[in-house]
Parts: sequence; C-alpha cells; structure tokens
Amino acid sequence: MRISTILYCIREALVSILRNGWMTVASISIVAVSLVILGGSVLLVMNTGYLTQRLESKVEISVFLEEELAAADVKEIGEKIKSTAGVAEVKFIPKEKALQEMKKSLGSRAQVLEDLEKNPLPDAYRVKAEDANQVPALAGSFEQLDGVEMVRYGKGVVEKLLSVTQWLRVASWTLMGILGVSALFLISTSIRMSVFARRREISIMKLLGATNWYIRAPFLMEGLIMGLAGALLAVAVVYLGYIALVDKIKVSLPFINLVPGEEVFTVVPGALLGLGILIGIFGSLISIHRFLSDKKA
Amino acid sequence: MEYNDSNVKVVQHLIHFYNVTKTYDNGVKALSDITLRIRKGEFVFLVGPSGAGKSTLMKMIYREELPTRGQVMFNGRNVVRLRSREIPLLRRKIGMVFQDFRLLPQKTVAENVSFALEVTGASRKYIRKAVPLVLQRVGMLEKANCYPAQISGGEQQRVGIARAIVNNPVLILADEPTGNLDPDTAKEIMELFNVINRNGTTIIMATHARDIVDDMKRRVVKISGGRIVSDEESGVYSFAN
Repeated sequence: MRISTILYCIREALVSILRNGWMTVASISIVAVSLVILGGSVLLVMNTGYLTQRLESKVEISVFLEEELAAADVKEIGEKIKSTAGVAEVKFIPKEKALQEMKKSLGSRAQVLEDLEKNPLPDAYRVKAEDANQVPALAGSFEQLDGVEMVRYGKGVVEKLLSVTQWLRVASWTLMGILGVSALFLISTSIRMSVFARRREISIMKLLGATNWYIRAPFLMEGLIMGLAGALLAVAVVYLGYIALVDKIKVSLPFINLVPGEEVFTVVPGALLGLGILIGIFGSLISIHRFLSDKKA
Repeated sequence: MEYNDSNVKVVQHLIHFYNVTKTYDNGVKALSDITLRIRKGEFVFLVGPSGAGKSTLMKMIYREELPTRGQVMFNGRNVVRLRSREIPLLRRKIGMVFQDFRLLPQKTVAENVSFALEVTGASRKYIRKAVPLVLQRVGMLEKANCYPAQISGGEQQRVGIARAIVNNPVLILADEPTGNLDPDTAKEIMELFNVINRNGTTIIMATHARDIVDDMKRRVVKISGGRIVSDEESGVYSFAN
C-alpha cells in the first residue's frame, strides 16, 4: 500500500471520528472500561499466582506424634511420611526443640513456660509439600498413620485465597465479555454513522471505479483508531492505578508482596493494545459487511 | 477494428445486449427482451418517457444492475459474469455524467477531477500532469481552485465531464446531462460532448431535450414501456405523446 493511501485513510478516518462526536467518545470509553477490567483481572491473576507461590514455601504440615512412642516407631513414621508422593522435605522436631522455639517466639512472655513441670509439647515432623494444592490431601493421609496424634497446617488460608480469586476471575471475565460485546456494538454503530454520512461520496467512488478495499479502508482505520485510543486510555489507567496500589500496600501492608510494576508492564500493555485494535477492527468489519457489500450476481 | 480472411471489415461492437429482460424485486418490469448493438465511436441518444427504462439500460452496462434474463457484452467481456472485484476495473473504462453533476461539495474543481484518478491508484506525478490538461479541455482551468458551490451549473457539468474523461474511457454514459441547464448552456455542453466523440470516445446519452436530439442528427434509440420502439441512424426526437 502506498504511503499516500495510508495518509488518505488516516485523514478520512479522523474527519469521521471528529464528526461523530459523542458517539466516538462513548465508543472509546467503553473500549477503555472493558480493557481496564481485563487489565485488572490479569493483574489479579498474576498477583494471586505470585502470592500462592510465596505462600507455598511457607505452608508446612505439622504432624504431631503421640506421646511415649518408641524411638523406632518415631523413625518408622518419619520414613512413611518421607515416602509419600508429593512430599518435598521432612524435618524432625523433637519436643525439646519445639519448646525452645516456643520460648523464642514468646519472647518476654516466655515466663509462663517456666512454671511447667514437664514439656507439654509432642515430638513432631514438619513436612513441606511439593505443591500447595496437595497440602490438604497430604495432611489427610498423615492423619491415618498409627502413632500420629494430630495434623495441622495453614488450613483454609490457601483454599480461601484460591476460591476467592477464582470467583473474582470468573466475575471479571464475564463483565469484560459483556462490555467487550457492547464495545463492538458501539464501534459498529459509530462506523455505520460514518458510512451513512459518506454514502454520497461512497456511491461516487464506486462509479469512478474505486475498489471495495479502497472504499472500506478508511472505515477500518476509523475502527482501529477508536480501539487503539480506548486501549491507550486503559493502559494509562491500569498502569497509574497499579503503581499507586503497589506504593500504598508497601506502606500499609508490608507483608503482602505484589508483583513489581516493571514486571507487570512488560506484557500487559501490549496485550491490551492488541485487543483494543482487534475490537476496533472487528467492530468496523461488522458495519462494513452489512452496509458496504456488493450486489451478488 | 478486425479484418477477416477476405479482408472484409468486421464491425466490432463495443456494446451488445442479447435479449435482456429486467424485472425488479418489487415486480416492476423495467426492460423486456432488449437486443441492442452499439459500435465503437458511435454517439447514441436514448429517448423515451420517464420510467421507460433508459437509466436501467445504462446501469446494466456498468453493472449497477444485473439483467433478470439475457446477457450484456461490453468491450469483449460479458458484464453479467464479472466477479465483483472486476467491477471497478470495468467502471474505469466508462466515464459517467449525471443530471445532478454529482460533484463532492467539499472538494475543489481540481480535487474533484483528481479524485477520479486517486481512487484508481494513479501516481501523484501522473495526476499533477493529467488534471490541468483535462481542465483545459473543458475550459475550466481558470476555476481549478473554486468549489462547486462557487460556479454555475454549466461549469459544474464541465467539471463532471472532465472527471468522466480524465481516465481516458472508451465509453461515456450521460444520463440527462443537460437536464438542469438553460438552453444556451446546454448547447455548449453538447458541443463539448461532440468534440469528445470526434476524438473516438463512444457516447450514450439519455435525454428529454427534443431540440438537442433534432439538431445533432445522430442515432436515436427510442424506448417505451421497457421495449425499443424505434432505432434510427440520424433520427429525430418525435414522440407521439
């Protein structure tokens, strides 16, 4: 395609975009809103992935043993745990060490432990799973072992996190789907108005022997520009919003680690811009197909 | 022109309608069983009352309408069988002139003419050369930078003609080109068509202008009720009604 033809398309598209006024504003905004939601959802998914990965290394299963077990039995239970599929690491914590740790974590209030006649804590194994998702199942199987008094793990935290984000993901994808369809509809309506405003010019062009694509190209360009404008808006909103969020959380909730901004913005803008352009082009194709196709022979 | 073995001239027809019938979707029969041949270089008037089928007949040539039955040949090709992407190429061989001029109001005289070249993908260099030449031919070079609203109807039609011939078409289709013009201006426009025809371009003109048809003494095809009722070389308008 010649440069002058491309310039012609851009010029004609801009004229239409300005002429359509509020329709253009509405189309661009709804593209922007749907892409902001998509961007937010992608960030949410990225962050829950990141968080669960970090939690995973922290989620341990504590297997407390019955009291007065023979050393051989303790060892046997250890072997059984170690040989279970999905177990990454097993550490034996004798009751003395557990007491020390407890004292340490209580700090100045460790006084209360001094009054105890005997160590109330049982021997325990600390187990790390290969995958956070396997933790509940592993815990269940350890509970069945003879000589095991009780099994504990960060019960609920992992499941809750996963189910909440799962729900949010479904909700935001649904919303984004609905808004995406509205964006398509608005863009195609916009293009239809442009086609209508130019119907005289289009009929003259056809008589002069302009090819179909020469006539259609400015309308495609118009859709593309609207999609791109909406996407740029969305990228700006998502970017500024995320940077602000990361800053805020760093101060008020320092133990939550979000994916750093630079890492997020290697992929997200490209994806949003690409999708915006696709919505724009597809929206204008709908109108072009309906209002600029030929009489069939 | 082609010659056969015995060196007898075989007349090549630019346009050939074979038993063309056109019934519109709403049941209106616009043309019935039209057979018509037009040679290269001819100047043909189509006359007849409004709604007789003159416009429909012309639309068949540039594939704006398809016949319900029959075939239309133009320049050696069957127009009915063209693929849709061949239609623009067909139309670049045909210049069209209308009663209402159909100029783009937001473009200047020169831009309206160069538009016809731009849509065919002509180069800037060629456009810069061709447009002043064709404006000169129709006597509109001085008003190249005027907008259609700033010039008279006769001048607008000159621009319309310039736009029609700038692609060097083999055929000009003119649908009542003098219908909106006063008699003196109409004569000037007809003189312009005459010059274009003398340079070898075939012209088909639908008109109601009795005095013009009678003056020119060209072939006259009379259409009424979708049928050809007479076809005379050097004919006159003369309708019973």
